[in-house]
Order: sequence, then structure tokens, then C-alpha cells
Amino acid sequence: MIDESKIKKIPTRMGFGEGVVVLGERNPNIIVLGGDITGSVMTSLFKEKFPDRFFSIGIAEQNATTIAVGMALSGKIPFFSSYSAFAAFRNADQLRISVAYNNANVKIGGGHSGITVGPDGATHQSLEEVAYLRTLPNMTLIVPSDYNETKKATIAAGEMNGPVFIRFGRSAVPSFTADNDKFEIGKANILKDGNDLAIIASGLTVWESLMAAQMLENNLGIKARVINLHTIKPIDQEVIVAAAKDCGAIVTAEEHQIHGGMGSAVAEVVVANYPVPMKFIGINDRFGLSGEPDELISYFGLDRNSIYNAALDILKRK
Amino acid sequence: MALEISFSDKTFTNTSHTLQEFSEISLELRRDVIKSLYLAKSGHSGGSLGMADIFAVLFFGGILRYNPANWQWEKRDKFVLSAGHIAPILYATLARAGFFPTKELATLRKLHSRLQGHPALDANLPGIETSAGSLGQGISIALGMAMTHKLIDRTDQLVFSVTGDGEIEEGSVWEAAMAAGNYNLSNLCWIVDNNDCQIDGRVHQVMSIYPIADKFKSFNFNVITIDGHNYNEILSAFNTFKENAKTSDKPTCIIAKTYMGKGISFMEDDYKWHGMPPNEEQARKAFNELEKMQQQIKSLNL
Ligand SMILES: Cc1ncc(C[n+]2csc(CCOP(=O)(O)OP(=O)(O)O)c2C)c(N)n1
Repeated sequence: MIDESKIKKIPTRMGFGEGVVVLGERNPNIIVLGGDITGSVMTSLFKEKFPDRFFSIGIAEQNATTIAVGMALSGKIPFFSSYSAFAAFRNADQLRISVAYNNANVKIGGGHSGITVGPDGATHQSLEEVAYLRTLPNMTLIVPSDYNETKKATIAAGEMNGPVFIRFGRSAVPSFTADNDKFEIGKANILKDGNDLAIIASGLTVWESLMAAQMLENNLGIKARVINLHTIKPIDQEVIVAAAKDCGAIVTAEEHQIHGGMGSAVAEVVVANYPVPMKFIGINDRFGLSGEPDELISYFGLDRNSIYNAALDILKRK
Repeated sequence: MALEISFSDKTFTNTSHTLQEFSEISLELRRDVIKSLYLAKSGHSGGSLGMADIFAVLFFGGILRYNPANWQWEKRDKFVLSAGHIAPILYATLARAGFFPTKELATLRKLHSRLQGHPALDANLPGIETSAGSLGQGISIALGMAMTHKLIDRTDQLVFSVTGDGEIEEGSVWEAAMAAGNYNLSNLCWIVDNNDCQIDGRVHQVMSIYPIADKFKSFNFNVITIDGHNYNEILSAFNTFKENAKTSDKPTCIIAKTYMGKGISFMEDDYKWHGMPPNEEQARKAFNELEKMQQQIKSLNL
């Protein structure tokens, strides 16, 4: 049993900012490019510590992305970070051709992602970038679930060769993974075992999935396997196929459009290897709205209750 | 005692006003901005306050032609807010012009409000011509409207658009400048809110876009640089633009020197207020300052 009241809440962007600083200490080739919101995405921590390795590019995401490519092709390891809405889409062409096609060693941090950026509203609530980024050859795409994991993902990204996009959020979210929990890019973590159904999640819905699984077990004795699919590309086929075989039903949950998102990526694996009934929790083909993060999470049905109900539904189809 | 917020239902006419009247209008707009942001508990105070004087003249000085009773009137001039984050000043202005009830200003940034954090076309708020929020896009939308009116439909409709000075760091903005000059869009009035503030600091430090005037001149613009808090200068710049729209073949760029947070002493010229709302204490202080200013204006009898 997890006691939710004992869990601290920390924003994932803090993990990103601190992770980049750790990298900066380890490797003099780490460079950071700023897009006028370095405080928001917390690369301001790096800027303070390593001012000589920080360059402000202004509000110019296309230029920043391609400058990063030039630096990568000259032996550096540049991180560029902005709001996910602008770090994945304003520069979409640059990401495809200059970053991915060149297989350039560029790291992009997409902050303030999803509806939980809250009152800023739909323009800032990026809900589509997973669908785009996972189609790019050579791209590694990570959507970590909490502060610790974001920090580990950032460090791992800086220590591997090749383009990486890390998607994280603005609001404080439950910090439930431990310092010494294993994190490996491309290897999903099983957080709770069970064989009645599998719940596969990424980002802040991982915590909601854990809570839903706890409710299923406490209320009805249903044992759900909870999988944290932090890396969406390359995807962990092994864990997904095993979940399909062992559990026979899968619910996916993500703070993203259902179309083309993490759930779709899981479905591609499931359908090709071991088809089982699936249900998708996510945003259903619409734009976001202004509101407070918690309010939006329940309005759009990304909360534990929605996951719980989806689990009950899918069990009927097993 | 808790701070109580209410919105009077006072509206203003779009006619010629005395300087004293413009001062009173912009005071009311500033009050609305503070109130709605205080209630929202998030949002962009600095840029919204800094543009209050220009919005007052543009919407209430007989410059922009619109009809709140029939806001989609086909022959209206267009106003496109490219710097979508300063939506609070646009919302306050539209409410005070009679586009929608002023009490709706209390719903800013709340779930299901028509006053979304950034202007949203799909929220159906009268007066909103386009969604905005991804910097640099609104100005090209304004261009598309100006091209439609001048080159395709051949009407005399004017298009006004506001970009920030940080916003013009976006590359596509200069594609817009190039096309505006190329197509002789004399019906386009591009206002640059030159407060030298953006999120990370001073514009000239984050990424210098100076000299601004020379850049626009080289793209074939008439450039007018003004004090964006001086009603005479604002009026005269808009009137020059309207004249140019008839006689010249150049688009107009008004570089408005403004102060972020103008009107509230502790916010003025401080980039930290780019994206912050006032808390209760700050809102009280702000209302006191605005009240004092109101008294001063009255006693001056301009
Ligand atoms: C394409 C894009 N990149 C980044 C942002 C985030 N952002 C919102 S406002 C802003 C700063 C704008 O500065 P300026 O235009 O000078 O406006 P001011 O600070 O004067 O209000 C930034 C970077 C955005 N909205 N759109």
C-alpha cells in the first residue's frame, strides 16, 4: 500500500534543470541554449553555474534548434529547451531534417507540456508532440513520470549519442520513484505486479495509474500490472508483449492526444505480436482549455477514476 | 477584510476624447487588468498594463472602425493581437467597448470561460479575430487580412496588429515584414510594443533586435517612433497611418516606446512582471495608486 499523504510533490522540470547541471559538471562539452524561458524550464540553473557554456538565442526556436545541430556536428552536446508546444512544433522541420536526418547529438527539453500547464490555455497545452516525434527515425523520446525520473532521464540523454527529446511538465506532481530505482532508456519499469490486466502509462498518469490499481485491488481484489513506459521510442516490446500475454487486456493512460500517442505506440506492438483488447485514456481529439491543472485532469478524464473505470470496462471484454 | 472585486458596467464610446478622458479610460482599463489578473491568480500583468494607453486611443479615439452591436460587421477594421499573452488588456478593452458584459472579466483563465488564457477563436468571444499565443503568428494573419482587403476585395478596411519586441525575435516575423513591404500593404499598421522587456530579461540582453526602426525601413515601411504613453503622439501616429493608407504604398510600423507595468509603481519597467499576477496585497496597492492618479487627473483639469 502506498500512503499518498506521505508523497512529496515536485515539478518534473526541476529534475530536468538539475539533470543538465549534473551533466555540465561531468562533461565540459555540455552546452545550453536558451529560448527566453530558461527560468520556466529551469535551465537557468545551468546558466548561473556555467555562464560560459550558456547562449541566449531569444524567442527563436527554429534558429536555436539548428544552431544546436551546428554545435553537435562540431563535437558539442547542446541542450535546447522551451515549452513543448514550441520546442516540438515551431521547429518541426528543423527537428526532422537537421536533427533527426543528421542523427545529430542534440537534446531537446519540451517543458510545460500537456494540459497541466493550466490557465495559459490550449495554445500552450501541447498534446500532439509524442505523435510527431515518435515517427522521426533516429529520435529517442522520453516522457518521465516524476522529478527523480526526469533527472535520471536527462542525465541518460546527455550521456548517450544521438537526438533525444524529453517531455516534462510545469506543475508539481507526486515524487514517488526512489533515488536508487533503476532507469534505463528503452527499458520500461514494472511498478506493480498483477495478471488481471495491465495499465501502461507515461508521464504524470503513471501515478494516477498506480492509484487506480490500488483502488482496483482494495475495492475488488483485481490485480493490475502497472507499467511505467517512460521511453516511448525506442519502445520496450518485450515488456509490452509479456503484459499482453500474461494479462490479456491493456489500458493505456497519457496526458496527450489518444491519436498517435503512447497508447497507439503500444497498440502497434500489441497488434503485431499478441492482440488483446485495449482501452485508451488520453485527450480525445480536441484542444485543451484554460483551468487549474487538477480541474483539467478530471475534466478531461485523465485521473485515477477514469483509469479505474476503463479497467473495469476492459475486463468485461477479456 | 477580504478584497472585494466588482466590475462597473461603464462603457466608453469610440469618438474623439479629451486628454483627460483618455487618461480616465486607460485608468479604467488598468483597473480591469489588475482585477481580472488578481482573480485569475496567473497571467501577464506587465505587457497588458504597458499597452493600456495605446488600446485606449485605438479603440476609443475613433481610429479603429467597429460595431460592438454587430461585431462581425463585414466592413469593420481588424485588430489582431499577435502578442497573445497580453490578452487581459484586449479583453478589458473589448468589454469597455461593449463587445460583451464587463462582469465576464471576472472569469479570465477559468475553466469554460470565453476569456481563455490566450485569445481563442473557438471560445466565441465577440471581438476576437483569431487565436494567438504562439508568438509571431498573429502578424502574418494580419498580413493575410490586409492582403484580402487591399489586393483581393479592394475595400478600404484597415488592419492593426500588436507584436511584442521580444516577439519580433521570431524569424517568421521578418518574413511578414518582407511580404508587407513587397505587397505595399499601406492598410497595415504594425505596432511594436517596445518595452525592452521579455521573460529572461531586457530584450537588448536576451537577443538584441535593435535597431528596430532601420530594420522596418529597409523592408519598405513608414516608421513612426512614439512615446507609447503620450496620447497626443499616439493619436498623431494613428492619424498619419490613416493618411498613409490612402496616399502611400508603404505599410506603417509604429514603434511604441512603453514601460512594462506602466501605471503601477512597483511593476514599472521590471521584466519580472511579464507573466505574474498581483497577489492581494499588491492588488490593494495597485488600486490605491490608480485611485490617487484618478484624483490627480481630476484636479489637473486637462
Ligand atoms: C513561439 C513562442 N515561443 C515562446 C513563447 C513563450 N513566451 C510567451 S511571452 C514571451 C516573451 C515575449 O516577450 P515580448 O514580446 O517582449 O512581450 P512582453 O514581455 O513585452 O509582454 C515568451 C517567450 C511563446 N508564447 N511562443
